[in-house]
Amino acid sequence: MSLQKVYSLYKTMDEENVILSFKGIVTADLLTSILQIMESRMESSNESPRVRKKVFNVLVECLQNLYHHADDYPDGRTALVMIAKEGNAFMVRTGNYIDNERAEDLKERLKIINTMDKEGLKEYYQNSLESSVVSSKGTAGLGMIDIARKSGNKLDFEFLNIDNERSFFCLNVKID
Amino acid sequence: MLEMLVLEASAKTPSITFNGENGKLELRGRSIPENSIEFYKPLNDWVDHYGSSPSPTTVVEVKLEYFNTSSSKCILDLFKKLEKINGSGTEVKVNWYYEEDDEDMMEAGEDYQAIIKLPFTMIEVEEI
Repeated sequence: MSLQKVYSLYKTMDEENVILSFKGIVTADLLTSILQIMESRMESSNESPRVRKKVFNVLVECLQNLYHHADDYPDGRTALVMIAKEGNAFMVRTGNYIDNERAEDLKERLKIINTMDKEGLKEYYQNSLESSVVSSKGTAGLGMIDIARKSGNKLDFEFLNIDNERSFFCLNVKID
Repeated sequence: MLEMLVLEASAKTPSITFNGENGKLELRGRSIPENSIEFYKPLNDWVDHYGSSPSPTTVVEVKLEYFNTSSSKCILDLFKKLEKINGSGTEVKVNWYYEEDDEDMMEAGEDYQAIIKLPFTMIEVEEI
């Protein structure tokens, strides 16, 4: 990387008000560290306990999604996590590879989630909680519904087609 | 008679104490392990065991600050087990604590209340 690029990367992150950013393999230890850093950052800020808890909750679900699905890609299992401030809102942004088949399923689920209001999401969550089966990984398929509920905003997402096998999934969660 | 189940809290898991003598179960702290099944297994096994000779009253005190969706399913399984033993040798009650302004944690309690047929009392506190 040229030194110019280092500077432009810095400038971009500065302009985007990035609080914390990580690109790499999401391990259990890394997850713990990111949560600890964010928790202490938010404790020393003037954010209300309400927002702090929401950011923490959303971050837990986003990171655990990345963690659980990281082993789907032995060659490209790195992901991007970014927490930024946009005005008064917190943005949790993630990016990761996903196979095209799973991308289609996820896209459909996210579309359904985005049609729902607060009450609709509550009902959807309760039904899913009751009927879901926990996988051996410990996932219950409730993460995205929970993220949408806690955020209170529509989920902003995009699937970039990379090749015949995989896409790159970008998710932006706004908490305000 | 059963004794005590005690699990110490960690950065990602709550403290759990279940006193088999007086039937008091308390979950306190945060529950955000990557895989909650492993963590909750001793508790759920213990409840199975407890059900064979329970205390006349069973009071569940849920004082959680955060929990992830992986834990939410295990907590549901716990309530389902307690729902099963309710009325057969023990009366089960749930006290669900949440911090003031924590609408999310209050709603999480309501989610279980909607699914589980046990008496829930929602208790707002300043700090958990």
